[in-house]
Amino acid sequence: MVTERDKELIGALQKGLPLVRRPYAALGERVGMGEQEVLRRLADLRAKGVIRRHGVIVRHHELGYRANAMSVWAIPDERIDDLGEQLAGEPGVTLCYRRRTAPPAWPYNLYCMIHGQDREAVLARRRELAEKYGLDQWAHRVLFSGRRFKQRGAWYRPPQPAPEKAEVRHG
Amino acid sequence: MDEMDRELINRLQDGIAVTDRPFAEVAQALELTEESVVERLRRLVDDGKLSRFGPLYNAERLGGAVTLVAMAVPEERYEQVAEQVNAHPEVSHNYAREHELNMWFVLSTERPEQIEQTLAAIESETGLPVYNMPREKEYYIGLRFQL
Repeated sequence: MVTERDKELIGALQKGLPLVRRPYAALGERVGMGEQEVLRRLADLRAKGVIRRHGVIVRHHELGYRANAMSVWAIPDERIDDLGEQLAGEPGVTLCYRRRTAPPAWPYNLYCMIHGQDREAVLARRRELAEKYGLDQWAHRVLFSGRRFKQRGAWYRPPQPAPEKAEVRHG
Repeated sequence: MDEMDRELINRLQDGIAVTDRPFAEVAQALELTEESVVERLRRLVDDGKLSRFGPLYNAERLGGAVTLVAMAVPEERYEQVAEQVNAHPEVSHNYAREHELNMWFVLSTERPEQIEQTLAAIESETGLPVYNMPREKEYYIGLRFQL
C-alpha cells in the first residue's frame, strides 16, 4: 500500500534527488520529514517494488549510444522464457521483454533493445546473439529507430500538490 | 567528461545506497571526496549527460499502467498523425521505425482504464487502427550503458 505520506515523498522526488552530500536529509526538508523517515519510507517502497532502483538516468544518446535497434522474434511459448532470461544477461541488451502479439501484422513476442555507437555495431551484436542462441530460426525483424518525435520521462502524478514528472521504464 | 566521470556513471547506474550518505561508498572506491562526487554529478546533469538522479518507478505498482503501441501511418500523413498522437500527455517516447508499423510510442497512464480510453481517442482522431502490445513479462529492464 502506498500511503499519502509516501505520495508526498514521491512528489518531492520528481525532480530527482538533491545533489548534496546528504540528499535524503535535504529531501526531507522539502516535505517536513526527518532524514530517517525518508530513508525508511524509500527502503519500504523499494522493497514493495514501487521503486525499482535508485541511481542515475543517463542520456544515452548524448553519451555516444546513437543507434538503437528493436530486435524482435516470434518465439514459441515453451522456449521464450528461457531465451529471454539468457538474453537478459548479455552485454549490449539494454531491455528485454515479452509482449502481446498482434497477428498477422505483428507476430513477434520477444523484444530486445540493443544500443550501440552506430548501426553496424548494433547489427554485429545482434548477429552474435542470434547465432549464439539460434534465434533466427524463428521469424524476426530488426527495427531501427528513425526520427525521435518525442522523448521524455513517463510521468506519475500524485493526486496533489501537482508536481512534475517521474521516470519509468519503457512500456 | 573524463575517465573519472565515466567510472562514476558506470557505478551509479547500478544504483546507490539508500543511506544517510549515499555517495560515501562510491567516493571511497574512486578515491574522491563525497563533495567532489556531488560536484561531478551536478556538472553532468547541467551538461545534459545525465537526465536525473533518483528513483526509477514501477508504474504498475503506483497504480498506473504502461504499454507499447504501434501504428501503420501513411507517409504523407506522418507529421500530422505524430502531432495528433503526441498531443496526448500520456504519450512519452514516440519513435519512427522502419516497418509497415512505422510509428511506435509508449503510453503511460495514472490508472489502467485510461490506456483503452487514450487508444480509442487516438483511433478516432486519426482514423487509423492502433496495435496495443502490453508487456507480458520482463526479462531485463536495466537499461544500463557501459561507458
